[in-house]
Amino acid sequence: MSVLWKELVHGGGMWSHVLKRGTALRITDIDGGANAGVLLYNSGNPVERYNMADTLKAQHIARLTAGNVLYSDMGRILCSVVADSLGWHDPLGGCGNASLVARKYGHASYQERQNACYKNGKDCFLTELGKYALGPRDLIPNINFFSKIAVAGDGSMHFAAPHSKPGDFVELRAEMNTLVILQTCPHPLDPNSVYEPKPVELSVRTAAPAGPDDACRNFCPENGRGFTLTERYFL
Amino acid sequence: MKYVESKLDPAFASYSHIIPAGESWLYEIKRGQIFRIEDMHGNQAVDTLFYNARDYGDRYSAQDTIREQGNIYLTAGSRLLTTNGNALMTIVADTCGHHDTLGGACANESNMVRYALEKRHMHACRNSFLQGIHAWGQGLSKRDITSNINFFMNVPVTPEGKLTFEDGISEAGKYVELRAEMDVLAAISNCPQLNNPCNAYNPTPVRVLIWESTAE
Repeated sequence: MSVLWKELVHGGGMWSHVLKRGTALRITDIDGGANAGVLLYNSGNPVERYNMADTLKAQHIARLTAGNVLYSDMGRILCSVVADSLGWHDPLGGCGNASLVARKYGHASYQERQNACYKNGKDCFLTELGKYALGPRDLIPNINFFSKIAVAGDGSMHFAAPHSKPGDFVELRAEMNTLVILQTCPHPLDPNSVYEPKPVELSVRTAAPAGPDDACRNFCPENGRGFTLTERYFL
Repeated sequence: MKYVESKLDPAFASYSHIIPAGESWLYEIKRGQIFRIEDMHGNQAVDTLFYNARDYGDRYSAQDTIREQGNIYLTAGSRLLTTNGNALMTIVADTCGHHDTLGGACANESNMVRYALEKRHMHACRNSFLQGIHAWGQGLSKRDITSNINFFMNVPVTPEGKLTFEDGISEAGKYVELRAEMDVLAAISNCPQLNNPCNAYNPTPVRVLIWESTAE
């Protein structure tokens, strides 16, 4: 399948795109230690959006990897995870905000640091959402690609570091026309006390539809039904 | 697990109401009031959303709440945070031990995915929430049905990254009690799920109580 274009998102950057059904987005961690916070919406009806709980409970998972799919709150699949070199991406930790970033790293304004100023995940999400007339009421639990939080038996959450290596990648195949909102601010639980967000490379390619033998479709019976409901949406 | 009992006497509550399974309940709880949810018959899922009563865009955030306390379970001492980082409620008593905030609310559509395509007809929490918020008005809509709390539900995560639905740890008479840290709109769907062994396939009523303060 042919690559349509490639693009760099700087560390602490933001990006959005309507990923069309029939295409796939590969996100690559160039330097290692990146974090890509992502929100997903049905671009034709954004009130249908990624649902963390439905994604986790349909597949009995608390981490994302190849074979998993990302459910909307309407029983449909927005995107499938068709390739993953890493094995674990975080659906739990959420995004940082202005006070968390100030507490952890201090302040660096645009006037002082220009495009190296400190940014936070939540405000980047809101800025990018605003371009589609979406706002605070559309903020939902996000995914953090390239980060890992392990949960111990007592429920305690543990950020894994180091985790993602240079060249690690994850690939999302759009099963619906999906508005992808992405930011590359540090994970809110990253223990690094220095603000040094990492870049990611984005690559969009054409992708064949999920056939009967597709690994995501056959990951569990729930996903088979999720694909059926998604395919019906386009009939 | 941590169990903290309350000294409050239901006889002195200023408000008491029983929510049957399959119904929603919306109510404004004032700052300083104490709010109790009682699992009257055991292992009933009480799907709950909280909003800043002065700004519904500032609402309960499951991810911010669990991350800031460093633990996926809610129990006595947990501070429930909004998307803007404000404290909505603090859990001040809990005789159940812990509560879930990852499992979400059931819906017609998620039931079709989880159980069978023929399950669309079965009543579900997100329909209750929609009916409740439409009746409440004030511009609330589906956008406001976000990640909720499931009081009395047991949804453990394993170190290998699996999520499981385990048998309930609650029983008849267990309760959780929360202090409102601001004026809060509470929205409850008392879960009608008939496909889930967690509630022994038998949804039951729950009681909500409000006291003016912790004074006995």
